[in-house]
Amino acid sequence: MSELQKRQIQLEVLRYNPETDTAPRYQTYSVPCLEEWVVLDALNYIKDHLDPTLSYRWSCHMAVCGSCGMMVNGEPKLACKAFIHEYKEGQIKVEPIANFPIERDLVTSVEDFITKLASVKPYLIPKEDKPVSAGEFKQTPAELKKFKQYTLCINCMLCYAACPQYALVPEFLGPAAISMAHRYNQDSRDGGRDQRQEVIASDEGVWECSFVGACSEVCPKHVDPAGALQQVKVASTIDWYKEHLMPWMKK
Amino acid sequence: MNSKPYVREVSKTTWFLSHPRYKRYMAREVTCIFIFAYTFLLIVALARLSQGEEAFNAFVQALRSPLGVLFNVAALIAAVYHSMSWFDVTPQAMPIQMGEEFVAGNIIVNAHYGAWAVVSLIILFWGM
Repeated sequence: MSELQKRQIQLEVLRYNPETDTAPRYQTYSVPCLEEWVVLDALNYIKDHLDPTLSYRWSCHMAVCGSCGMMVNGEPKLACKAFIHEYKEGQIKVEPIANFPIERDLVTSVEDFITKLASVKPYLIPKEDKPVSAGEFKQTPAELKKFKQYTLCINCMLCYAACPQYALVPEFLGPAAISMAHRYNQDSRDGGRDQRQEVIASDEGVWECSFVGACSEVCPKHVDPAGALQQVKVASTIDWYKEHLMPWMKK
Repeated sequence: MNSKPYVREVSKTTWFLSHPRYKRYMAREVTCIFIFAYTFLLIVALARLSQGEEAFNAFVQALRSPLGVLFNVAALIAAVYHSMSWFDVTPQAMPIQMGEEFVAGNIIVNAHYGAWAVVSLIILFWGM
């Protein structure tokens, strides 16, 4: 068995202390990294051995919790999925996830996203209430497949960090929230589309999207938010034509 | 909680220089200018046509000038790039589910190229 390879990596970390700093600054740490490590391991090494004051969020270390989203060399990444061996230069720049206010070091304020996500009612709104005794809401494999990919979203907000539209127009509802609305709209058991349309089919909803496609490129779970948003646009356009050209076709 | 979040400003004018994917996006958007200009050219052509044979012939003559040819070539390149960049993303916007499975993306993209080729050929031979 070969001995594990160690490589000295210079980790340039953006730091910000709201109590003492007026602006963020970079601090460089020299970290002896194993090639098998991810950036999160390097941050944990810093926290444990070099500088206990460094703040960042993480939980699962397996790309499930969505907590450790950061900018790694300017690219939105999960720190637990950004492998050290992919960064040959020996220098890695780590910054807080873009487009969100920095609370401290690599920790950002996520309130804007949480508020927007809640506004699209990201839960099943059954078409009709029925008692538990009436049995389960059945769904075919084809009906499940229609939305399954969108259920993989882990709310890591990398799509918001990649979206230039969100950067320029902070009111934009954004990729993950609209994708989640689309996920429930596509669900055969759901009847809440009309309620969600008021929010997502607005100017600050899906029509703020200009299909840059960056969200889908950076999504660590291959949710393809850009695809979801274009489908919402198509469906909303059809709604508009139905309403204006065929007003007698009430839903 | 005493919190003083720091907001990083994004430049309204140079943001797209920060990443190659944003430059690619802007390249696609810029092609619209050529599409717009070409559409405008078609309207001018109609106006000239309404003014009689002489006016229209002068217009056609102007199109044959080096500048006219250059613009048409530039507009063609822009239109091709524009179309291709949209064809490539059609599977995302128009997924087709047949039975349980979704139709493979490359089939949807190739269908667009196929339809494009057919329409182009029809127009080419019809115009000759």
